[in-house]
Amino acid sequence: MNSPGPEIVSLRNVGKTFESGTVALEHFSLDVREGEFVSLLGPSGCGKSTALRIVSGLSAASAGAVEWPGGAAARRIGFVFQDPTLMPWADVAANVRLPLRLAHADEVQSRAAVLQALERVGLADFAQSYPRELSGGMKMRTSIARALATEPQLLLMDEPFAALDEITRFKLNNDLLTLWQALRRTVIFVTHSVFESVYLSQRIVLMTPRPGRVFAEIAIPAPYPRDERFRTSADYAGYCRQVAETLGKAMGGAP
Amino acid sequence: MSDRALRIGLPVLMLALVLVTWDLVVRAFAIPPFVLPSPGLVLSTLIADGGLLWQSLLVTLTTTFEGFLLAAIGGIGLAVLFSQSRLIEYSLYPYAVILLVTPIVAIAPLLLIYLPQPLAVLACAWIVAFFPVLANTTLGLASVDHNLIALFELYQATRWQLLWNLKLPSALPQMLAGLRIAGGLSLIGAVVAEIAAGSAGAGSGLAYRIAESGYRLNIPRMFAALLLLSLAGIAIFFALSALSHLALRRWHESAVKRER
Repeated sequence: MNSPGPEIVSLRNVGKTFESGTVALEHFSLDVREGEFVSLLGPSGCGKSTALRIVSGLSAASAGAVEWPGGAAARRIGFVFQDPTLMPWADVAANVRLPLRLAHADEVQSRAAVLQALERVGLADFAQSYPRELSGGMKMRTSIARALATEPQLLLMDEPFAALDEITRFKLNNDLLTLWQALRRTVIFVTHSVFESVYLSQRIVLMTPRPGRVFAEIAIPAPYPRDERFRTSADYAGYCRQVAETLGKAMGGAP
Repeated sequence: MSDRALRIGLPVLMLALVLVTWDLVVRAFAIPPFVLPSPGLVLSTLIADGGLLWQSLLVTLTTTFEGFLLAAIGGIGLAVLFSQSRLIEYSLYPYAVILLVTPIVAIAPLLLIYLPQPLAVLACAWIVAFFPVLANTTLGLASVDHNLIALFELYQATRWQLLWNLKLPSALPQMLAGLRIAGGLSLIGAVVAEIAAGSAGAGSGLAYRIAESGYRLNIPRMFAALLLLSLAGIAIFFALSALSHLALRRWHESAVKRER
C-alpha cells in the first residue's frame, strides 16, 4: 500500500527572506509523492511553518520554485492551522461548509459533503453546536472536517495538535491515520514532536534553524495500520531514538 | 436573595429613599414649587401637561432616531470604506476626529445659521452619534483573526466574500458597542441643538420645553420634561442592549452566560 505515486509537489531550492531581513528558508528542497505522509520536524523557528505556507500559496517564495507536476487539479489544498481557527459566530456545520460556500458550491451537494466530513471526524452529532461549546479536541476535529470538505488532494497541517493534552493528541493521531488510510490523500504534517512524527509518518524531513534547511530525511518503514501496540513497541522506541539523535546533530550539539 | 432580585430590588429601594427624602425636605423647609417642586407635584404636572409633553417627546425622539439611523449608516459605511482603502482612511480619519473633539454645543449655533432648524438639530444628533460607531466598527474590522483571513485567502474568497462572511460578522460585537453609545449620544445631540435653537423660538421638542419652562419659571414642568427625557434615554439604552444581546448570545464571550 505504500508504493510511492508520482510527485504531487516539488520545492526546488526555495528561499524565503522576510522584510525584517530574517532568512527563514534557504535552499530548501522537498519532493512529496501522491498518497505520502511526510512530516517536517524541527525546533521552533526552523522555517517549517514557512515552508508549509509556501506550499499552500499563502506566502510567496523569495527564491527557487514550487512545482506542481500534476497541474492545477493536484493543487486542491486543505489547510489545518495550529489553532482551530473557527468562526465563533457560526455553528460547526457552517464552519465546515465555509470553503464550499466561498466556491459557490451547490447547496444540496455541499450539505451532503459537510455531513460526510463531520461523520469522518466523528462530529455528526455536533453540527448545530457553536465552537465555544466544544472541547479543544473537538474544535480541532471541526477544523480537520473543514479542510476535508473540499476533497483536497493535499492536506497541509501546521502543528495541529500542539496545544492539545496528550490523551486527546494520541486519540487524534490515531484518527488522523485512520482517515489517511481511508482517503489516501497526501499529508504534509509540521510538528516539533519527535514522537508524533515517528508515529504518524512514512518519512520525516529534519530541519535546522536559521536559516531553515533540510538536514536529513529519515524513512519510517513500519507498516500501517499503526496503533497503540506500535506506540509501545521496541521498533517505535528505536525509530524515536534514531530521529532524536539525528535531531541532536542537526542542532549542532552533542547527541 | 438571588442576584437578579438584588439587581432590581436595590436600585428601586434607592429610588424610594431619594424620593421620600426629597419630599420630606420640600415639606420640612416649606420650599416653594418654583425653587424645588415636590416629587408628587412633578408627577401631577407630568400627567396634567401630558398631551403637550408627549407631542414634544415625539419630536425629540424622531430627531434622535433619524440621527441615530444616519449615524449608524454613516459610521458603519465609512468604517467599511476605511477597511477597503487605506488612502480613504488616511484622507478622512483626521476630520472625523475633529468632529469628535469639537464640542457639539459650539457647533450647534453655527449649524443653525446655515441650515433650517429641523435639519440643524438632526445634523447635531448625527455628528455626536456618528463617531463612536465609526471608531468601534473600524477597530472591529481591523481585529479580525489573521488565520481566518489566511483561510479565506486560501479558498480564494473575493473581497466581497471576505467583507460579508468574515469581517462584518467578526466586527459585530464592537459595532454593537458603538451603536449602544451612539443611541444615548444622538439623544444628547438632539437636546443640545434644541436648546441652542430654543431662543429662536421655533422648536417644539422636549429640550425646547425645558428651556421655555425655565424662562417662565414653570419649574415643575421643567422637572417633568427632564424626567421624560431621562426615561427616553434609558429606554433607548435598554433597547440597544437587548438588540446587542440577541445578536451575540450564541457566541460572544460578552453575552454568554457562564455557570460556575
